[in-house]
Amino acid sequence: MASLDTGDGGGHKKGPGVKKAKKLSTRVDMTPMVDLGFLLITFFIFTSTMSSPTTMDLNMPKDTEKKEEETKVKMSGALTIMVGRDNNIFYYEGELTNENASQAFKSSTLTDIRDVIIKKKKEVESRYVTDAACEAKARQEGKNPNDCRQKDFFVLIKPTEEANYKDVIDLLDEMTINKVARYALLEPFDTEKDLINASQGGAPAAAAPAAQ
Amino acid sequence: MPKVNIAKKSTDTDMTPFVDIAFLILSFFIMATKFKPAEAVPIQTPNSVSSQKLPENDAVMISIDKDDKVYFSIMAQKDPQQARDIIKAAAQARNIPVTDAQVAGYFPGDMIGVPFNKLGAFLALPADQKKTYVQEGIPVKDSANNELYYWIAASRSIFAGQPLKYLIKGDNVSKYPAFKAIIDALKKNDEQKYNLVTMPEGAPTGTELWVERNSK
Repeated sequence: MASLDTGDGGGHKKGPGVKKAKKLSTRVDMTPMVDLGFLLITFFIFTSTMSSPTTMDLNMPKDTEKKEEETKVKMSGALTIMVGRDNNIFYYEGELTNENASQAFKSSTLTDIRDVIIKKKKEVESRYVTDAACEAKARQEGKNPNDCRQKDFFVLIKPTEEANYKDVIDLLDEMTINKVARYALLEPFDTEKDLINASQGGAPAAAAPAAQ
Repeated sequence: MPKVNIAKKSTDTDMTPFVDIAFLILSFFIMATKFKPAEAVPIQTPNSVSSQKLPENDAVMISIDKDDKVYFSIMAQKDPQQARDIIKAAAQARNIPVTDAQVAGYFPGDMIGVPFNKLGAFLALPADQKKTYVQEGIPVKDSANNELYYWIAASRSIFAGQPLKYLIKGDNVSKYPAFKAIIDALKKNDEQKYNLVTMPEGAPTGTELWVERNSK
């Protein structure tokens, strides 16, 4: 078989003493680039959860005309949280009377309110005296009997007319986060509206429309 | 002796197409994770720790936009006719004639935010004009004439015997009275269970929920 042999012979075409310039390859090694590319791809695949909306449950009680059907709340275990304008949060524990309004009525923020809820919950739980009937009922219904410890704890959420939807949802979410078993969405009383308006520096609630 | 030369093949493969593909996929993922489907009315929902998925069927969604306007949409991807029936039933309850041809332009998920007296005209608009048409929202503030009540009543009658979920999707900056008006309309229909649409968020570190989720 004939084979073309070009491998030798030359070498001194330019004459003796002239060095042949070394040809550099124009090819770049792509491997590290590919490595990096795939590394980034895997990173994005793993970290991105295609963010889809979720839903949160809200159960409202049936409106009832009868007084005896209304849920009773022990004042010692009640925490009232009100939402005003511009993310202002106000709260008081127990009952608000004319006498204690100046001390009991406090202002807070969405970030601080969690500590208030936790503190109040702990306080109510510490006062718990073993209630066999409640625990037996919880076991029967397959619930955690420990929930009985907070059976007197009740959070009343009262958004005003100027409250942002987000703040209300954040408060409802706070109930889930802190595992508050019993809470309700209510309308604030006129006395509370006045106090909120006074702390927010707005006009008194007298001009507010009666939306009840 | 004749010499047989075996052609020396380079072990070096051409990486260029490989790189092309890698970066193509990379750019796809970067973009796909950011893009959101364009909505007729943008609504920024609040975050919550809830992890339930949003249903696509057998649900009606009531949305509140940032200007407190209320919209009603029907989630019935499986059976668009159901959605059209609801519109007809709601309009009928208010003695407003809506023809089959007008309703045919409605697709599940579209938001309706017009009072009943403008419903016919709105439905008759061509699809591209519907998107640009500025809807004024369903009147809900007036408790004597809460039009949302009729929408819910119509949905209840069409979905009778089937499970129906009520989704409420509110914007971060919408005000509470709009939400209250929706709750009132639902309560008037004897509906007490709702689902609030939110974006997922992790439970804050150290809280009871966080402890529970991490102990499993």
